[in-house]
This record gives sequence, structure tokens and C-alpha cells, in this order.
Amino acid sequence: MTPLVELVGAGVSLGGRVILDSVDFSLGPGQVAGVSGPNGSGKTTLLRAIASLTRIDAGDGMLLGADLRSDEVYPVRASVAFIGHIPALIGTLSLAENLRHVVRLRGGDEARIRRVLDVVGLGEAVSVRADSSSFGTQRRLEVARTLLTDPRLLLLDEAFSGLDSAAQSLVDALIERTVGNGGGVVMVSHDPGHLRDRTDIQYRIEDGRVVETA
Amino acid sequence: MTLWRQALEIARVDLRVERHVGEILRVIIPFGIISLIVFPLAMGAQASSVARFGPAIFWALAVLFGMQVALRQSASDSQTRRDLYALLGVDPAARFAGRVLSGTFLMVVFMLALLGSMILLYGPSLSGQETFAALVASGLVSIGLTELGTLAGEVTSGLRNRTALASLIIAPLAVPLVVGASQTVEAVTQGTGILPWVMLLAAVDLALAVAGVGLARPLDEATR
Repeated sequence: MTPLVELVGAGVSLGGRVILDSVDFSLGPGQVAGVSGPNGSGKTTLLRAIASLTRIDAGDGMLLGADLRSDEVYPVRASVAFIGHIPALIGTLSLAENLRHVVRLRGGDEARIRRVLDVVGLGEAVSVRADSSSFGTQRRLEVARTLLTDPRLLLLDEAFSGLDSAAQSLVDALIERTVGNGGGVVMVSHDPGHLRDRTDIQYRIEDGRVVETA
Repeated sequence: MTLWRQALEIARVDLRVERHVGEILRVIIPFGIISLIVFPLAMGAQASSVARFGPAIFWALAVLFGMQVALRQSASDSQTRRDLYALLGVDPAARFAGRVLSGTFLMVVFMLALLGSMILLYGPSLSGQETFAALVASGLVSIGLTELGTLAGEVTSGLRNRTALASLIIAPLAVPLVVGASQTVEAVTQGTGILPWVMLLAAVDLALAVAGVGLARPLDEATR
């Protein structure tokens, strides 16, 4: 089975500093991978490299069949969703306007916006500005956005941090939905406890190198 | 989704954000108008010389404050937002075009407010043809300055002293725009044709548009 993501000896250097060094990583369809490690170990850079947002400058990498070191990645990027630790929202727009912007940029049915806002429990807050919302609400909105985009690959960077149990259940449901559709999920957390029951394979990363795979 | 539809959507949202924030309409435009009032006071100029030098003062202030308008637009592009656009499949060229569309609209509003204020405050004796030439030149300068600001914003994206560096990039590159604009009005006054100067402005605008669209993807990659 062709992996969704495969890195072989991948490296990333930023500003002359090696951030990732000879990383081997693989994720197949229907799998959930966890990446743990201390702060500054390169976890977020690994996610960004997988998403093609940071280019690998050593080794090889494939994302959904596209060479990560070539322009082949542009068309496949739209099949990737990334929930990072800073919510990717336009603060001055309302929750509904943020989603409308996404739907209009990708093309799609705007009628789904109301439905996904109801699913994530934000049906009553559609006109509230994103920057006036709590962190938990912003996270819920990101889950709603991901539901609208139906990604094949879901990348979660500390996605459970600061969330109550109801919001954590939403992220769990999102993972389940992505995996159920034959996609894959990569979760990053400095807390291995968040990963233990949710992942099929775990990578531990220290100083930019994968030191353990389980 | 075509590049133009993406560009129009980005422009729509940029203008909506500006409506909420109001930095250009409520801050930069009033400051520009206040500068028009302060300038003659600082020079101690007579009413007749103010009327004579009014258009020159207008172009100087238009470029200075116009740079702020142009940079304000490109500064709204945070790394997170750029990442989001990349993962939504937005072409960097569409992002550039969208920024230029919304920026040009705001710049035209700014230029019209400044031009109207200059005519009211200084009372220059502009003929109908001169006013028309000033309007055409203002429109072309608005496009050019916005393109420059958007390009400079892309080049300096992610840098710590981004605003200062972007201004340094724009200032010398804006010279052909200032010369073209002031000479367009001057050409009417002198009775010579405005076409060469209008063509210069249009050529600069076109060259910047081609550069912006052509370099959008490499710049997007290089500044991540």
C-alpha cells in the first residue's frame, strides 16, 4: 500500500541551523502517528515539512504521491489540513465569515457552513468575532474548517492543549472521521499521554533526530 | 476555482477587515489631510505660492502616505494566514492579485480624499484638463504604489524590521511613479501631450504586475 507520507533521511536547516536531521518517517492510509519530544526538538518543523510548508533540504520525501522537493506538492496541498498551536483565523471576521472565506477560496457548498458550526457546538455564535472568542472556541472553529475541507491528511500540533473534554472529543471525532475515510493523521505533543491511546505508531524526536519508534 | 476568483475573494475579505479595523480610512487619510494643512504653516508660505506649489506638495504627500497604505495591506499577511492559504490551494499569484485589488481600491479612496482636500485648502487654478490629468495620474500611481508595497511586503515577509525595510525598498522604486505623475499634470499646464507620461506610468504598473505575478510563487517559497 502506498504511504500517504514517507520521509527518508529527511533534513531541514533554517538560518544555517540544522532543525531536522536524517529523519525517517512513514504513515499509511488509515493510520494515526504520534510524535513526541521536548520543546524545541523539531516536532513542529517535522509537521511543517510533511505539509510542504517548510521545504526539506536533505534526503527524500513524498506527500500523497508528490515529491516534497518539487512543485508537484502544490496541487496536493489542498488535501492536507493543519491545526497548529496558533489558530489560523482572521481575527476581525466573525466565525461564520471565516468559514465562508475558506469555502469561497476552495469552492464548495456554503450551506454546509451552518451545519458544521452546529456540529462543533458554535451554532449560536456565528456572528461573534474570532478574536473575541476563547481559545477553545477558536479551536472548535478550526475543527469546523477541517470538516469543510475533508482532508486526506490531518496534521495536529498540540491540538489537545487547553481544550475541555467536550472539545477534545471533537478533535477525537475528527481523527476518527479522517482515518475512517482512508486518510491519515499525524499528531504532535510534548505530552506522550495525549498520544498513547490515540496512535498506531509513535515517534520520539530529540534534537531533530528520531530516537525511538514504537 | 480560478486564480481570479481566488483573488477577488481575498480582496473582498481584505476590504472587510479594513472596514472593521479602519486603519486606512480613520487614521492614514486624516493624517494625510492634516499634513496638507501643516505644510504651508511650516513653510510660512503666502496663499499664492501655496496655490502654485499645491500639486507638488500633493504628490509628495501622496507617495509618503501612499506607502503606508500599501504596506499596511501587505502587513496583514501573517505566516499563519499564508500557511492557511497554501493549504487551501490558493495560488500565491492570486494572493498577490487580491492584495493589489484591495490595496488599489483603498489607495484610490486615499488619493481622491487627498486631491479633493488639496483643491479645497490650496485653491490651485487647475483647469478641467489638469484635473482630469491629475485623476488619471492618481489612478495609475495608486496601482503602481500598491503593487510595489505588495511586492516589498512579500520580499521582507518574516523579517524582524519588515516595515522599515519595505519602505526602503519602495522609496527609490517609486521615483518613476512620482516623476510620471507630476509631469502628467505639468504637461497639461505647458500645453504638451500627457500621453508619454501616462504611458510611462502604465508601463511601470504593467512591469510591476508581471513581476508580482511571476515572482509570487518563488517569493512565497523563499520567505517561508
